Amino acid sequence: MALLEISGLHATAGDTEILRGIDLTLQPGEVHAIMGPNGSGKSTLANVLSGRPGVEVTAGTVLFEGRDLVEMEPEERAREGVFLAFQYPVEIPGVSNLYFLKAALNARLKHQGKPELDAIDFLELAREKMKTVEMDEALMHRSINEGFSGGEKKRNEIFQMTMLEPRLAVLDETDSGLDIDALRIVSGGVNSLRSAERSMLVITHYQRLLEHIVPDVVHVLAGGRIVKSGGKELALELEERGYGWLTEDAA
Amino acid sequence: MSLPGWAEDLRREGAEQLNELGLPTTRMEDWRYTNVSAIGKTRWTGSDGRGDDVSREELERLCFPVFACHLFVFVNGVFAADLSTLRAGSPQAEVRSLARLLEEEPDSLRGVLGAQASPKEAAFTAWNQQELRDGAVVRIPERADIEEPIHLVFLSEPGTEPTATHPRVLVLAGSRSRASVVEDYVTLGDGTFLTNAVSEVVVEPDAELEHVRFQREAVTGHHVSSLHARVERGGRLACHSISLGAALTRNDARTTLLGEGAEASLYGIYLGTGRRHIDNHTTIDHAVPHTTSRELYKGVLDDHSHGVFHGRIIVRPDAQKTSAEQSNKNLLLAQGAQIDTKPQLEIRADDVKCSHGSTIGQMDPDALFYLRARGIDGDEARRLLTRAFVSEVSGALRFEPLRDRVEEQLVELLEEGA
Repeated sequence: MALLEISGLHATAGDTEILRGIDLTLQPGEVHAIMGPNGSGKSTLANVLSGRPGVEVTAGTVLFEGRDLVEMEPEERAREGVFLAFQYPVEIPGVSNLYFLKAALNARLKHQGKPELDAIDFLELAREKMKTVEMDEALMHRSINEGFSGGEKKRNEIFQMTMLEPRLAVLDETDSGLDIDALRIVSGGVNSLRSAERSMLVITHYQRLLEHIVPDVVHVLAGGRIVKSGGKELALELEERGYGWLTEDAA
Repeated sequence: MSLPGWAEDLRREGAEQLNELGLPTTRMEDWRYTNVSAIGKTRWTGSDGRGDDVSREELERLCFPVFACHLFVFVNGVFAADLSTLRAGSPQAEVRSLARLLEEEPDSLRGVLGAQASPKEAAFTAWNQQELRDGAVVRIPERADIEEPIHLVFLSEPGTEPTATHPRVLVLAGSRSRASVVEDYVTLGDGTFLTNAVSEVVVEPDAELEHVRFQREAVTGHHVSSLHARVERGGRLACHSISLGAALTRNDARTTLLGEGAEASLYGIYLGTGRRHIDNHTTIDHAVPHTTSRELYKGVLDDHSHGVFHGRIIVRPDAQKTSAEQSNKNLLLAQGAQIDTKPQLEIRADDVKCSHGSTIGQMDPDALFYLRARGIDGDEARRLLTRAFVSEVSGALRFEPLRDRVEEQLVELLEEGA
């Protein structure tokens, strides 16, 4: 069974139709990249998958392991193993990173019927995973993302992902605002999670990220539709030729 | 039990003032938003002693976390020795029942009691003074350093008739001392009650005092309080006003910085659910040069509750180098909830640093979604964000168990709703 199967998806944000018929299938273990110009609907697709309020599915289906994802609350999706790495991670003063992440992990473990972690086991696991994204432990004792640099926020997203071990990871422009070193660290974290059971949807504007996280398939999104799909070489072609040659038809 | 003559004079003065003033009405600027006519119309019975016996177990449930070293319990305004503990071996703080102290040492508080809290222009203070009888007197000797908080519990146990109590607290922090005093207002039962408390606080030179008013009474009653504090040279006062209970709450807090280097930090947390009404009026008076004040009040208002914040800062003409910061932030959780917030700066010196600001906002939908997108359910996420909102204030409390309890109880009461 496909891990994710999107068919004929239409979605609106506010009163505007943004997604206008998306078909996309992810098999377990596959990494797909979604590229496209600004305003093509990339982030809306990420929002539909994570269940952000304000985005409404008007037609089509999204099946996650054969089940209707659209019907699920955002927290249910997370517990089922859907993870969104946010383009703009939110700062939440007063809620500690570690407390939050422990609650999140235990919610997922409980949902899977696995034993929850106590504070000591959790901290041990967190310390180990922090190393994979070269995260400073001091940051973990602070409030969620509060005062973090752009790169630290993105690393925190990937750190959370390594802790939660999702089945489907959606990376929404994770490369935006990252310098080369941060990009290398973040990509390393993502690559360490690649496995035969885990699928990823990597949303990006630039080909640069895909040098580090090499996709199996590249889709070009324009005007709310996938206008072209191909292998990883499609990303290079886009880098050279831009989006114009693909988007003229879509518009 | 008879009072010394000077205390009888105070009672008489209170009665005269109350008679002259009457209770405030909404035509008065300071009472515009807070209608106490229901208090005026009720026939209140005095609270002569105790109703049913209160068990220690019940008491500890109501005023958790109990600080066992110095626990002083007043039931309906009267000292309950059997429920109180002053552990032997911690003789540093002198905590006494006002009634007993006046009986045993009639002259010891002459000119001290009532020196801060004037009944003039203050009807509720006058009423409290008219009913003057018992309360708590806390004296921290010079240079004493008392780690454990002094926990004063004022338990209302209203009977079948509406019951009014008028607690009185006097805290004298001797120079260079360090201590923490918690006034804890709780209710047993669901009868109608009025708590009308007056606290007087004196922070002597270089003393450091934390003063906490934790009000978590039942919604079947009203809570009116006034706090009158004086901080002398180099003294530091941290006041916490936490209002989680009662149908109507009105707190007046007046702090005067009377010596150079004096500092006051005023922290407030208030919760509105149902149709509860919470009004905080604070005044900070910078009377001399080189004094500092910080004020942070935060409110969480749900349903049809109504919050009022009025923060007045006075800088006297020669109080140069004053530094004053004031902030009032409100989290409105429902369409019907309301806040009236007003700063009032009266600055008569020119070389000062004063700032003020207020915010009114809803729960951040992006933060809520972020938590949910990681698997935390909606209710828990809202609890976390509400706690986080007030933790900026509760975080300033010295004792972690109290900090946790304030946050937990606020969230519990919010979920119970009206």
